[in-house]
Amino acid sequence: MIGAGVPTSGMEALVALPIVLPMLGAALAVVAGAWRRLQRLITLVTLTGVLGVSIALLVEADSAGYLVQSAGGWGAPLGIALVVDRLAGIMLVVSSIVLLAVAIYAIGQAGEERRRVAFHPMYLVLAAGVSASFITGDLFNLFVAFEMMLAASYVLITLGGRPDQVRSGMSYVVISLVASTLFISVLALLYAATGTVNMAELSQRLGDLSPELRTGFSLVLLVVFGIKAGLFPLFFWLPDSYPTAPGPVTAIFAGLLTKVGVYAIIRTQTLLFEPGETMGTVLLWVAGATMVVGVIGAIAQDDMKRVLAFHIISQIGYMILGLGLFTVAGIAGSVFYVIHHIVVKTALFLVTGLVDRRAGSSRLSEVGGLVHSAPVIAGLFLVPALSLAGLPPFSGFLAKFALVDAGVEAGSWWIVATSLAVGLFTVFSMTKIWAGVFWGEADEAPERDPQMTGRLGSPLPMVAGTVVLVVVSVGFSIAAGALYELSERAAQDLLDPAGYVSAVLGERP
Amino acid sequence: MSIVLAAVTGLLFATGAWLLMQRRLTRIIIGIGLLGHGANLLLITAGGSGGRPPIIGTGDVATMADPLPQALALTAIVITFGVTAFLLALGYRSWQITGDDMVEDDIEDRFVTRRRAVDGPEAELVDGEPDTTEFEVGEGS
Repeated sequence: MIGAGVPTSGMEALVALPIVLPMLGAALAVVAGAWRRLQRLITLVTLTGVLGVSIALLVEADSAGYLVQSAGGWGAPLGIALVVDRLAGIMLVVSSIVLLAVAIYAIGQAGEERRRVAFHPMYLVLAAGVSASFITGDLFNLFVAFEMMLAASYVLITLGGRPDQVRSGMSYVVISLVASTLFISVLALLYAATGTVNMAELSQRLGDLSPELRTGFSLVLLVVFGIKAGLFPLFFWLPDSYPTAPGPVTAIFAGLLTKVGVYAIIRTQTLLFEPGETMGTVLLWVAGATMVVGVIGAIAQDDMKRVLAFHIISQIGYMILGLGLFTVAGIAGSVFYVIHHIVVKTALFLVTGLVDRRAGSSRLSEVGGLVHSAPVIAGLFLVPALSLAGLPPFSGFLAKFALVDAGVEAGSWWIVATSLAVGLFTVFSMTKIWAGVFWGEADEAPERDPQMTGRLGSPLPMVAGTVVLVVVSVGFSIAAGALYELSERAAQDLLDPAGYVSAVLGERP
Repeated sequence: MSIVLAAVTGLLFATGAWLLMQRRLTRIIIGIGLLGHGANLLLITAGGSGGRPPIIGTGDVATMADPLPQALALTAIVITFGVTAFLLALGYRSWQITGDDMVEDDIEDRFVTRRRAVDGPEAELVDGEPDTTEFEVGEGS
């Protein structure tokens, strides 16, 4: 009963590939461990393949609505359903662009990637876990996908075994494990209450439960994914652990992993639970607190990586804001914000890696005057930084505009005011980085010797990886109209779970 | 039977949560292990009462045990096992580096605290255990 209920086009066969390809690639990369060139080739070929498949899936999902594949030929709800809808398709495409660009960047960085055999296989496992989280239509399978992604991230964050990495890696692993334990517990309780872990079936059966029980489930799931996404007050682990990993790893964590949590929140809150006034208010408060705390936390920091890490938190608030409105415009704004943020944030962390290498430090007090000594890096920083701050005509402005517009439309004035004030502080932080790193002089000597390679100031693949993302982010603002319409269609799907349910279970509503 | 299981689950969660609050890594790791066991037990309990082996064609379906929670618990156990092994390796590495199994303070937090200590009189920082002395404010290490 593969894809029963929807016209099959043969594209369903591709649905599992974004998970299968990276896993195969990871296995091959382990075998090819002794030959670094071969390992790199495997990573690049695999991720390019995933990008191609993802684009095909998005195009198909946009025209057909839903692509459903049952793993092992066991139909839903017994088997595990893999579902690509518009939202999953968008997330797949953006994540595979980012994964590919960061892989190129990592190849150029003569650090962890060259010395450690584990980098490429683990990176591919991470890619598979991220794809699986987007595609899965089964809540327990989502747990497995999370664990796949997290297990790979544990290895990547401690790759090198430096004292600071072990310290922060430890808290990262423990926090993630606590979240996972909570996830298993809520799965057990959900199964006890409804007798299923299939998301489509859950969506049907949760309606029979009492409203109190439903609110309880929805809040526990919000906590589970909130830890992963870095929501207030569960964000505390994030600025500690992310900056210690090797540059490209931090970039991919900052760009992708928290957004997988946001995706899970959007998916579960719209599909499993009826959007309600109470939940919307809770989400809006959480969003407001997350924005404010993140942006204020960033002001106290002196390290470029940590400033940006705190900004991840404040940006997560914007994404939850749109969801909390529970309108088509709000969720469309959220989706648009997520895709803009993944690309821009990853680009900023890649630039931080370039600064770190070029100047020997990423501390604002130890770096200065890079606008003269490394104009290429300065240019690469400026575009995503202005975009993050929400200045026109960059994608960040359009994303924020969409959210503010949706907020005004829904009449939630206070959250609109908060988001605009937070936007000002974001500009302040970006200005602080610009003044500290690119203008002026360094106050103290950097901790390591600056490295200078070639005319660009950095190895070509590193610059190329960053350029790809900067160009993509500019492309987002050029193609904003089409992209926003796509997000809007995705939002309409999300607010009408009946389509998802009938596509997976093969019943006409 | 499920009362006993529920009580054991609660006990495992409570003990695990308490161990998690400690400052020694070994205790935290054991705490994580206990929490994992508690969650797995909860999964098994969610399957309802036991029954005959769930093999199709061997009898009445109504008397069979629900196989799905067992499959889920098995998956969760494997994952917990792998991650605990990684955590132990990480703890060993931490012991190699510091010669101690205490959780250390965040260096950046210490920077911020020191800056605050320079700005004005600093209150005594509360710590879980008295022998955790590395968070000395104003010492300028």
